[in-house]
Amino acid sequence: MRDTPLSNCERDFLLKAIQEKKRLDGRQTYDYRSIKISFGTDYGCCFVDLGKTRIMAQVSCELITPKENRPNEGLIFFNIELSPMASPAFEMGRQSELLVKLNRQLERCLRNSKCIDTESLCVVSGEKVWQIRVDVHLLNHDGNLMDAASIAAIAALCHFRRPDVGIQGEEVTVYSTEERDPIPLSIYHMPICVSFSFFQQGTYLLVDPCEREERVMDGLLMIAMNKHREICSIQSSGGIMLLKDQVLRCSKIASVKVSEITELINKALENDKKARKTGGKFGFAESLPQERITALKTDVSPVEMSDVKEKANEIVQRAEVPPQTVPSPVLTAPGTGQVGEGLENSWGLKEEEEEEEEEEEEEEDETVELKMDETDSPGPRSVCAVFHGHSWQDGTE
Amino acid sequence: MVCLFDCVILSCFYVIIHLVYKVGDVLLPGDVFSFQMPESITDSKPEKVVCGPGLRRNGDEVLVCKSGILRHKQPNLYWIDSQQRRYVPGKGESVIGIITSKSGDIFKVDVGGSEQASLSYLAFEGATKRNRPNVQVGDLVYSQFIIANKDMEPELVCIDSCGRANGMGVFGAGGLLFKVSLGLVRRLLAPQSEIAKDLEKMFPFEIVVGMNGRVWVKSKTIQQTLIVANLLESCENMTAQQRQTLFRRVADGSI
Repeated sequence: MRDTPLSNCERDFLLKAIQEKKRLDGRQTYDYRSIKISFGTDYGCCFVDLGKTRIMAQVSCELITPKENRPNEGLIFFNIELSPMASPAFEMGRQSELLVKLNRQLERCLRNSKCIDTESLCVVSGEKVWQIRVDVHLLNHDGNLMDAASIAAIAALCHFRRPDVGIQGEEVTVYSTEERDPIPLSIYHMPICVSFSFFQQGTYLLVDPCEREERVMDGLLMIAMNKHREICSIQSSGGIMLLKDQVLRCSKIASVKVSEITELINKALENDKKARKTGGKFGFAESLPQERITALKTDVSPVEMSDVKEKANEIVQRAEVPPQTVPSPVLTAPGTGQVGEGLENSWGLKEEEEEEEEEEEEEEDETVELKMDETDSPGPRSVCAVFHGHSWQDGTE
Repeated sequence: MVCLFDCVILSCFYVIIHLVYKVGDVLLPGDVFSFQMPESITDSKPEKVVCGPGLRRNGDEVLVCKSGILRHKQPNLYWIDSQQRRYVPGKGESVIGIITSKSGDIFKVDVGGSEQASLSYLAFEGATKRNRPNVQVGDLVYSQFIIANKDMEPELVCIDSCGRANGMGVFGAGGLLFKVSLGLVRRLLAPQSEIAKDLEKMFPFEIVVGMNGRVWVKSKTIQQTLIVANLLESCENMTAQQRQTLFRRVADGSI
């Protein structure tokens, strides 16, 4: 499907509004849209909402042989996918220019800045290293994909835990998550991209352009920085000419924004860690607000009650007589007590009754006599008091 | 209610006197639709029942094909009120289109559907072969569908059956175009629309509402235009009460 074209009147209006320093959603020039970061149940799954732009990043790992010229370094592989659900302009399977540009920028921002310690990913030098794979999926496109992708990627990398590895001489054992706790990656710093869009021949800039602003902009400047004010990469596209002081101004703005966003990512990671430790609920489903519509609700409707009594009597008379309960319990095997008859064993196996330490009352050759009240209503029939050993599993439901 | 949809008129539809669904119930696709005749109309007389959007005839029965609330209009009109954002062209509906290309005698117009519609250059008021209309690529046009079904390419015209423009044609300089859901658009276009009445009290503005979910707004200043656009986009899911408090707050705090 083709993307909606931008009409002339929209373009004129947007440019005029920007000239009057007004943005479509009422933001100021240097304002970001609201960023929301949430994590999934697996380690390494992160969702980022930047206004209406929505991106998901997933980190996974596997053991492979390293490159020949770098035998003791692990590998990191980045992959951005533009899903057709994000925008009608994206088609599945087609390599568009935008996709190549985004992939290249993300690689430059995260790999060339050496934010992840690749030497710690080495297991056996020259033979086995970890390959970390970051998959970034775009779920909704409303502008500024690069920023959201970089936030999602770095948050997912910080959240990810790789399996623990034990080396004993020649043997390498990879422990599963149940055996040993997985360990986080060693990340030196968190580079984050900040995008600036330029209008009016480079004289006016806006931070975090939304999709419509991106369509009418003259050029884009993207600065990747970490909170220690180190610039990891700068990229200018659109062919506009920027002055030196403009670039310096942008870098100052970027450092402020990056420190705010890093703060936000750390807080989100903290919250997720706390939720997992205390056993609270975590994951994507929990991060969605509970907007419930009461289900199964119907209006009050009148019920016909005219012949209820007769019907009830009829039913009671036609009902079967409930079976007699045994006045005293039957001892089927030593160490057990039974009140009434248990249900028929439908497994077809011979039932094994284990001795239970708790049954102090029942001794080996004694029958337990429980007084059955004769006037008991024929309630639930058989209460089979055969206990089996049980170990309850800890964990969330 | 806005009644511009293709009606399937069933002739001699014998009504099953068997109360299954009431007007106002939520129905899901696949439900078999049967209803009770209202008391005012005598029974045992075959009656024409008009099935609106969301209902489809399948042999002897009428099936629901969209999820939503059942609505009824006297004397015999039933339809399903559903919520969606994706537009499907329907004959007779007035929409806002964006011209994407000119080729020979026709313009290609994007209306938000799966296919682009075609608009002949002769379908404007006072247009002849020599006197071509002044339409550029990227302009907005308010036009009506004359052909819109699933088997053919949709076609638009900017004149009515008498040859007069009647408000249609190229427009849009200086305003803002934005998209809302189809339900909101229908509510805006209803004869006694409360949303439109509330908005009118704010400040003067021009508005063009297309049935494809596109709305164009123009006001005296850019700030006011932006306010109206944001208000309309946000009153999508609000109750009447919330909407009125929001409008009042904006009216007090603005300008």
